[in-house]
Amino acid sequence: MTTLAAAVRAPLTTERRHLAAVTFIVIGLINIVVFGVLAHAGDASFELSLAKASIKIPVIRVPAAPVCYALGVVALGLGVLRATVPFSRLAKRLAIAGVLVCFLLSLLCWADAGAIPLNVIIISQGTFTESIPLILGALAGCLCERSGVINIAIEGQLLFGAFTAAIVASAFGGLWVGLVAGALAGGLVGVLLAVFAISFLMDQIVLGVVLNVLVLGMTDYLYDRLMSQNPNYNTGITFGSIKIPVLSQIPIVGPIFFDSTVFLYITYVAIIVIQVALFHSRWGLRVRAVGEHPTAADTVGISVLWIRYRNVILGGLLAGIGGAYLTVGSVGSFIPDISSGFGYIALAALIFGRWTPLGALGAALLFGFCEEMALVLPTVNPVLPAPIMNMAPYVATIIAVAGLVGRVRPPKADGQPYVKA
Amino acid sequence: MTETPATGPDPASASTGSAAAQPAEPRPAEPGPAEPGKPAGSRARLTGAVIIQAITQGSSAVITILAIFLALVVGGFLIVFSDPVVTKAWSTFFSYPVYALAQTWDSVSFAYSQMFEGAILNPSTVSAAFHGGSIAAIFYPLSSTCAQATPLILTGLSVAIAFRAGLFNIGAAGQWVGGAVVATWLGFGVSLPPGIHVIVCLIGAFVGGAVIGWFVGLLKARTGAHEVIVTIMLNYVMYDLLSYLLSHPTMLQQPHQTNEIAPFIANNANLSHVGGPPPQVGIGFLIAVAAALAVAWLLSRTTTGFQFRTVGASPSAARTAGIKVERSWILVMLLAGGLAGLSAATVIQGTNTQLTFNSYGTYGPDGITVALLGRAKPIGVVLAGLLFGALHVGGTYVEAATLGQVPADIVQVLEGLIVLFVAAPALIRAVFRLRSTAGTGMEAVAKGWNG
Repeated sequence: MTTLAAAVRAPLTTERRHLAAVTFIVIGLINIVVFGVLAHAGDASFELSLAKASIKIPVIRVPAAPVCYALGVVALGLGVLRATVPFSRLAKRLAIAGVLVCFLLSLLCWADAGAIPLNVIIISQGTFTESIPLILGALAGCLCERSGVINIAIEGQLLFGAFTAAIVASAFGGLWVGLVAGALAGGLVGVLLAVFAISFLMDQIVLGVVLNVLVLGMTDYLYDRLMSQNPNYNTGITFGSIKIPVLSQIPIVGPIFFDSTVFLYITYVAIIVIQVALFHSRWGLRVRAVGEHPTAADTVGISVLWIRYRNVILGGLLAGIGGAYLTVGSVGSFIPDISSGFGYIALAALIFGRWTPLGALGAALLFGFCEEMALVLPTVNPVLPAPIMNMAPYVATIIAVAGLVGRVRPPKADGQPYVKA
Repeated sequence: MTETPATGPDPASASTGSAAAQPAEPRPAEPGPAEPGKPAGSRARLTGAVIIQAITQGSSAVITILAIFLALVVGGFLIVFSDPVVTKAWSTFFSYPVYALAQTWDSVSFAYSQMFEGAILNPSTVSAAFHGGSIAAIFYPLSSTCAQATPLILTGLSVAIAFRAGLFNIGAAGQWVGGAVVATWLGFGVSLPPGIHVIVCLIGAFVGGAVIGWFVGLLKARTGAHEVIVTIMLNYVMYDLLSYLLSHPTMLQQPHQTNEIAPFIANNANLSHVGGPPPQVGIGFLIAVAAALAVAWLLSRTTTGFQFRTVGASPSAARTAGIKVERSWILVMLLAGGLAGLSAATVIQGTNTQLTFNSYGTYGPDGITVALLGRAKPIGVVLAGLLFGALHVGGTYVEAATLGQVPADIVQVLEGLIVLFVAAPALIRAVFRLRSTAGTGMEAVAKGWNG
């Protein structure tokens, strides 16, 4: 079957190459025509330091339209190259990244032309904080799916983590208790996912969707029943930001990376640990073996079911922390459906990032940036209707999945329950 | 559930799964031309054996009923634990155990009986009818259930038909919005004679949803983009598009409004009701049932349906057999989108008469649960839609009856639990000690990323 399938699917490789090239060229044309020709006259200006920073960096001013033209030409050139020259794997990915960066920069220039300066630091901070739940959710998905269990329930894990963190932190008056409770709540959804998927062999996509419905209903119900009637259960306390002593003083880098809540630091640790562990440790080798070929892994004495249970529950804990960020990490109080689709976007980030932690990080940052833009741009340039800006992350995902990534290769045994022969 | 003794059917007479799958409808005994060689008793024993076998081995109908029962039990715990009166009674359990138990029972039974009265039959209307009240009022709960079930059946069909071709359509919500926008625009934007206007709006809604679905199928066929990702993303795109359209008077917003609300559609475009006042059945419900029959016919009686099912069973086998897999994907998503669009039409033209930003409600996710509960079969979807419609009506009723003490969100929990249990027959078998591991038709409705 495999040879036949390969033969039948072979034409897709060339089609894919043209598709990517065409997408690059379309993005380049958008840069030139939409952002360049139709931009307001004037300069785009970018601030690179916060108002209260000790070291000030002068505001950068660039003429908006010419920059957009230049960036568009770069994207066009990459498109033509992509169509004519065979790229290596690394070059393909760098080209995608380059085209996306060109697109985002021209978007910024277009939006800010002739308007008040945009503060790059604030946008970057926003991008990172918006991305935290997405990154943690995508990492949770990565842990599950690398071991062969599809996790659509990220949304439910985030939501339950958010709810539990808010209610426990409020009831006990302790933020750290809330954080731990949020993680455990996510882990509990992970346990449900594991039991039904691994032991009861339930269809994993169906299971994920059902768990999301269940958690949504449960949190709505408990919100109506407990929180809305008793404000003491939803006080809205939040973590303050922690400045890392020396590092936070560095211009540009400092305020972005080293002046945030504990959640950002947890996210750093999680990314590094999972990336290293998955690809450079015996643990990771076993996880990937279980996700690719469970029978072979079983033959050499690896306990497939135990590894899957452990990874799914670990993933749940991680997503629960991401959920806790949504309440005790940012806005404080819980509102129904506070996760509002972050889990699904995290899932898209995971797939866009080809099931690797670093790839998922890149995709999650892209989505976070789009979300941040949707918040910031209407204040800078009121011409843009907010709903249209809100669409940006989703349209970007569709373009990315259809035009740039296409048929990705998931772990071979992803979604297939393992039954010992 | 009592343990059935081991005097079950002997394996030799064990019928196939399909025979055991319909225990609820034993064939009516024909009294006339009874063969003399077969006394009536043996047939009765056979029917009894089939029923016992269905129960002990857990046929799909039995699993569904047990799943609903188990969901009600778990939901009952949720009602009890969040009821302050009951938790207070339990805190004095060792002094007044009977009181605690009675309070628990009262809390649960009141909630569920109110739900039943709101959705199916209210005994007080029956007794009122005997004392000169309105007979029509007896059927009022059932007619609201049908009205609520209509959009659920249609979005359920949308998800179900995609399931049969091996695609997971999470995008019924976005397709719903696509249909709703077109139906609304045709509803107030053009003026046509009665009858024709209704049909134009319905077709428009179908097309509006179908375009969104077609786009998903096209991307899947041409670029390999996974339909789960694309449909999820399109849902959000459509929500934002709806918000944009409803906040600009030049688009769909009602003039002189600050809310996100569209003008009322013309009277000519409204779906009327049949059957007179209160016990009325909306034409929308009839459309939903007709759509279910059409989908059933398409799937089981046509070449296209056969191709859908083959592609769903194994795309590579279908490709080898010469079926154009990509064409099937595009076509089935187009139909799925159209059905979701029709669902929007029945809401906009039937019950709401105008589009607001909240109109899409939870029809999309509910469509998934309905399709799963109905096992992706059209008739099953109709039954599941009716059940969930009843739950929705009952949920609203119980929230009003308990003055908000039992929020209507309990229904969402119940729905999730029912589908969870239905989709995990192994769990139901373990809980109720059923024996066989025969399939329930739930297997592989959705495909993983490896498709």
